[in-house]
Amino acid sequence: MAVLEILKIPDDRLKQVSEPVEQFDDELRAFIDDLEQTRRDGPAAVGIAAPQVGRFQRVVIVDVSNTRKPVPNHGYMILVNPEITHWDGFEMGREGCLSVPDYTGNVIRATQIKIRAQDPWGQPLEYEMEGYEARAVQHELDHLDGMLFIDRVVSRRTDLFQRKVYQKGGKPKK
Amino acid sequence: MNDWKMLTLVGADQPGIVGQVTNALYRAGWNLGEASMIRLGGNFTIMMMVTGEGVVEPVLQPVVDALGLHMHVDNIAGSLHQHVVPNIQVRVAGADRAGIVAQVTAVLAEQGFNILELESDVAGSSERPVYIMHIQGYADLPLESLEAALDNLGDIDVRVSPIETLIG
Repeated sequence: MAVLEILKIPDDRLKQVSEPVEQFDDELRAFIDDLEQTRRDGPAAVGIAAPQVGRFQRVVIVDVSNTRKPVPNHGYMILVNPEITHWDGFEMGREGCLSVPDYTGNVIRATQIKIRAQDPWGQPLEYEMEGYEARAVQHELDHLDGMLFIDRVVSRRTDLFQRKVYQKGGKPKK
Repeated sequence: MNDWKMLTLVGADQPGIVGQVTNALYRAGWNLGEASMIRLGGNFTIMMMVTGEGVVEPVLQPVVDALGLHMHVDNIAGSLHQHVVPNIQVRVAGADRAGIVAQVTAVLAEQGFNILELESDVAGSSERPVYIMHIQGYADLPLESLEAALDNLGDIDVRVSPIETLIG
């Protein structure tokens, strides 16, 4: 296993659209092991996408099982050729990225998604997920289409308009 | 080169302020750092880190005069890449009255909460103004103790929530 080099902005390769995986072989699985080791090597990343290490194939890893406050999650997920088949709701959250050092910003993401993907052996996977995990998957899937969170950053002021339709956090007042 | 100045510019809002200010700086060889610019009550406000050779005021004076801006410059000890990532956000909303910010921020200060960003606005109408404030900051203490401390503020609706910054 090896820790791979992370591409960082302004590297134009991060804008490249990745190709679907067609060969589910040992080489792919060895690469996924390296990708996971790379994710764990730096700052606490909850996900990583293959193009972040210069491999332009549709492979991401997401694992939000280790947040400060536990959130609903499916543990360690390897998603090959992932697709969002359904999404619902939206909320703002703060994101950063291994490919964008020393910057965080607010991004609006769907709160509930359904996804279809394949595992490293090509077997079909389906997940329904919400909140932070759904956010992480959307962030990683963006990488596969050459998008970074900085392409989606919004002003926090935007949030004020959303309070009317969406409210969370805190506890109800007596 | 790394001696930063904090430049403050305020004046009646109009199109072209940012363009003219930053072009004057650029043409004189000045560099920009972190900045916050926003329209407040019909005024445009700029707070911006700048660095360059010599004195910055004469560089901007023609633009400042033409646009009717107020200019203020401080030498600062700051530098780039000093970001603190907020871990707690506090949202406040309620019928506008005197003392909302004072009361909430006094509690936050007592709890050792460091405010990194504060944005507030008055929504509603002139007859029924609503004060909305959004604070992001950093505190080491658990969310619950902050929540408990903010619970005694009567009519002010305060919501505290964690910010779990996603790195992916």
